[in-house]
Parts: sequence; structure tokens; C-alpha cells
Amino acid sequence: MSALIQARGLRRSFGGTVAVDDLSLTVQPGEIYALLGPDGAGKTTAIRLLCGALAADEGEVYLSGYDLRRETEKARAQIGYLPQRFSLYGEMTVLENLHFFAEVRGLSRQDWLPRSTEILQFVELFEFRDRRAEALSGGMRQKLGLAAALIHRPAILLLDEPTGGVDPVTRQSFWQLLIRLLVQGVAVVISTPYMDEASRCTRVGFLSRGRMLVEGTPGQVTAPLEGRILEVAGEPRPVLERLARSLAAVEDVQAFGDRLHVRVGPGAAEAVIRSLGAQAAAQGGRIDSLRRVPPTLEDAFIHLLQQQAGAGQATT
Amino acid sequence: MTERIAEVTGLTKRFGDFTAVDGVTFEVRAGEVLGYLGPNGSGKTTTLRMLLGLLRPTSGEATVLGFDIRREAERIRERVGYMSQRFALYDELTVWENLAFYAGVYGVHDPGRLRQVLAMVGLTGVEADPAGSLPIGWRQRLALATAIIHHPTLLVLDEPTSGVDPVARRGFWDLIYTLAEQGVTAFVTTHYMDEAEYCARVGIMRRGRLLAMDSPSALKRSALPGLAWDVFADPMLPALEALQRLSRVQRAGLAGDHLRAITNADVSAADLEAGLSASDLHAFRVERAEPTLEDVFLTLAGS
Repeated sequence: MSALIQARGLRRSFGGTVAVDDLSLTVQPGEIYALLGPDGAGKTTAIRLLCGALAADEGEVYLSGYDLRRETEKARAQIGYLPQRFSLYGEMTVLENLHFFAEVRGLSRQDWLPRSTEILQFVELFEFRDRRAEALSGGMRQKLGLAAALIHRPAILLLDEPTGGVDPVTRQSFWQLLIRLLVQGVAVVISTPYMDEASRCTRVGFLSRGRMLVEGTPGQVTAPLEGRILEVAGEPRPVLERLARSLAAVEDVQAFGDRLHVRVGPGAAEAVIRSLGAQAAAQGGRIDSLRRVPPTLEDAFIHLLQQQAGAGQATT
Repeated sequence: MTERIAEVTGLTKRFGDFTAVDGVTFEVRAGEVLGYLGPNGSGKTTTLRMLLGLLRPTSGEATVLGFDIRREAERIRERVGYMSQRFALYDELTVWENLAFYAGVYGVHDPGRLRQVLAMVGLTGVEADPAGSLPIGWRQRLALATAIIHHPTLLVLDEPTSGVDPVARRGFWDLIYTLAEQGVTAFVTTHYMDEAEYCARVGIMRRGRLLAMDSPSALKRSALPGLAWDVFADPMLPALEALQRLSRVQRAGLAGDHLRAITNADVSAADLEAGLSASDLHAFRVERAEPTLEDVFLTLAGS
């Protein structure tokens, strides 16, 4: 297997703060990898280490086999990078903006125009090529940013929180573009705070305070909780919540707007379903629906963070 | 619980020839946690600014806590607590000083109330720490404390938990539910589908229009005209392309290690398997999936 991204033991600190600590990841052609985590977890630093915008204190990065430290030019040529805040020249047209990025990326005079045409057709902006960048909608700006990142046909695409606050319709079409790149064998790394976005990726790594807590396909990450999440809908919610918490096999109760998610111990789902059903009325509650639901990434990460906090308490 | 905290009828705001909020009508019920979900620029904040009397509507009517938004805005603002995604905290001031500052703004001078609110948000013991030194989840709870120091009846939360870790987020929502049990009504604007799941009812905004408002479960039942499926097939990308070509598949996308499809209501698992077989692809598992609020949003936006 020829991994397009291979990073090992990356570490970077700013002053006394370790932003990324012992981070390793491998991404194959056609894979999309999510770096998931809250603000301050180290996602942006990780992406910037992968593309060489920041130098690592320790560790190594190979891009399409090129060592980012020793074969910097060749390694960087492999990457398209869409930062969180990218700049376009507002008074320049879509095509002029692309011409600029093509020159920066060293495309030849003969090459830039056909490639720009091709990439603008790909991101569905060709008919807007003469529009000034400042007159583009948010979704179109983002597609132009993507086109600029792809202008030199990189094998690797790094996207730093590309869809924050974007209309889901736009986000959907952005994802369709990513899927077409994956089909062509591009490797994509995307940083995101959104669980639902991460759950669409081939693999996901959960970052917390600079460290990777867990990594795997979404299915692997949620597998330990399979069959252990119950959804309870009914009234009044506080009564049902107290009842659920009182059952020994219940590990955790999470309230949502119109329902509860109850996490139970391995193999305990049936017993808990029976107990809840039998006891709700006596406690003054009413259950409208009670069923197992598939665990989400959020369920998995809460479980993990709780385990970690528990282990921390046990050792101190 | 039929008491209404806010009634909004045909609320509209135009800026030149741009309609930021277009004839929005809804009510807020006492003690509920109401979400207002939409992407950036969909009119959420403009609606909010009108409801707080900070921006004059072009047309339409609204009362908040019984007061008219045009004529009695100050009386509304006295009774509302507001917490924004950009917490307005003073980093150099201590936790106590931050809270005392906001208490002073609202005319609250009882140190007992400050202690009570700090205990409620779980910050007892860190009163002397500078706000800037706190982890983001704690800062968020301090921001909530400053928003509730004056016993507001209505709490307005603008993307309150974007960017915090899942454990801090649920702790925060547990606090909001506790406040709701005490009778506080919460109005939550967000672009974050996950965050909207914490609301008892959710309004979906797009391009200035309120497309629907109901509980997340009801929206998923009623707004989605078809079925959601998880399709496990290998290789995945060709299978995705094959699904997208099927006529009764409305949408198909990646979902980690499998594919997700929204289909017409008359489609069966066998239909999807047959559709893949026709392209020489094998689905080793096809099962019904849970719809999400994003599915709802995409469906409403498309119709």
C-alpha cells in the first residue's frame, strides 16, 4: 500500500503549551480522513504541520513518499490546502484569481488556462468566471477556494473546517465534489468540529488537547456501544431521567430536546427496556417510545472522555 | 403550558432590495427550549435583533413577554438574558469581577445572588481566577452566569456550544434544562444541526423564511417524504455512483464506512440491492436508517 500521507510522532508547542502531541496518521488514496475535535484541540495546528506551513518540533511527515523536511519542494507540490480563512482578491474576477494561484503554483503559460477551465467546470463556476470575487455568494467563494487549492492537480487535499456555518445545501454539493476527487484517488484530510460531518469520512481521529484519543472508521469507533444506546421519548422528561438514572445497569443518561439517550452496560438493553416500561407509570411518567438506536460518534466520544476522566481520578 | 412568551406574526425586514427576514410567524411557549436553526445569513440574527427591539421591522408584529417590540423594547431587554457565541467576558478580570460587572449593569447588588449563580453553573471555588485562564467549557458557563444574574424570564442563546467538547456541551445543556424546569424559556439560534437536537422544538430558517417549526422527532417524521437507508457495499465509491444514478434515489452520500441514501417511500432494501447488482456491485447489508435534521433541512430546502 502506498500511503499518500504518512505522519509519525508529530509534536509542536507554542511557548509552554503543547498544541499537538505525538500525532501519527496514515491516509491512503481515495480516503477521506476527519480530524475531529473541539476548538483548541489542535486541529488547525495538525493540518498546518501536515502541509509544512508550520515546522514540527518532533516527528516526520511523508507526502506521496517525499520527506517534508528534506524534500520540501516536492512534498509541498503534492498538497492542495484550503485554510479556514482563505483570501481571494475581491476586485479580481474568478478567472484572474485562479491565474494568480496557478502562477504561485508554477503552472506554465500554456497550462494555466486549460487547467483553470477544467477546474472551474469541476466546481461549477465556469459560467461565473468573469464575475468579481467580491460578488460571489459564500458557497461560491468556497468553491473558488477549492478550485484554487486544486489548480496544480495535487494528490493530497487538506481542508481546515471548510463548511462552518455554510448552508447544508451548499455543504451537500461541496461533499459531492469531494467524493469525485476521492474517486480519482485523491487523499483528503478535513478538520471539523461537527460530528455529523466526521461520520461521513472514511476514518476519523478524535483530537483532545493535542492528542489523538481514538482513531478508526466511524463504525469501529462506535462499535463498543452497539446495542447499548436506548432512546426514550415521553413525559415528563425529568421524571423519566431520574428513573433511568436510578437503574443499576444504566451508565449514563443524556437529555435531548424531546427525548433521552440512555447508555446501558453490555448486554443490559433488554432488562433496562423492561424496567423502564414497568416502572414509568408508578413514578408518574409516561413513555411514548422506547427503542434501541445506533450509537453516534457523539455517544462514543462522551463515553471515551468519561472513561478518561474516570481513569484520571483513579490515579490522582 | 399554553402561556406564550412571544408571538411573532408576519415579521419582515428588508435592507434595500434584500429581504433578510420574510414574513416569519411563530410563537414561543413558556418554559420551552426553542431552537432557531439555519445557516449563516439565513435571517436568524436579524430576527433576534428585531425581537430584542434593536432593529425596527419593515412590517409585521411581535410581542415578547407581553411587550411590543417597537414601542416597549427597553422593557423587553430588561427581562431577557443574552449569551452570544463570542462570550463577552473580560479576560483580565476574575470570575467574580466579571459576574459583578454584569450584575451591576442589571442593578443586582446582592453578593448572595452572585454566589448562588456561580454555584448553579458549577464555578464555586474559582472566583479569584482570571476569566482568560479558564478552559473554554468553563468560560461558557461563566458567560451563562452573566446572562442569568438578573433572573431573566427569557434566555437568548446564540450558538452557545459551538466549538466545545461533547462533555462540556452536554453539561451546558443540562444547565439549560434545569433553568427550563424553573420556568425560564430559552431561545437558541444555531447553524449547528447537532445543537438543534437539544431543543424541544426547532424552527428551520433558510433565506429569510421559516420553513417549518416542530419537535425534532416530528420534523423527521413529517418533513421527510421518503426513507433513509444505510447501505454497506464494497467498493464504496462505485456503489455510491451507482446509487446516485437510480431513479428513485433522491440523494446518496458517504457515511463513513457505508453509504447513506434517501429514497422515495416505495423503495425496498431489495430494490437497492438489485440496483447495485445491475452495476455488478454487491451490497452486503442494506438497512433502514435514522433520518437526521440535516435530511429534514435538505428536503425542506429542495421543495
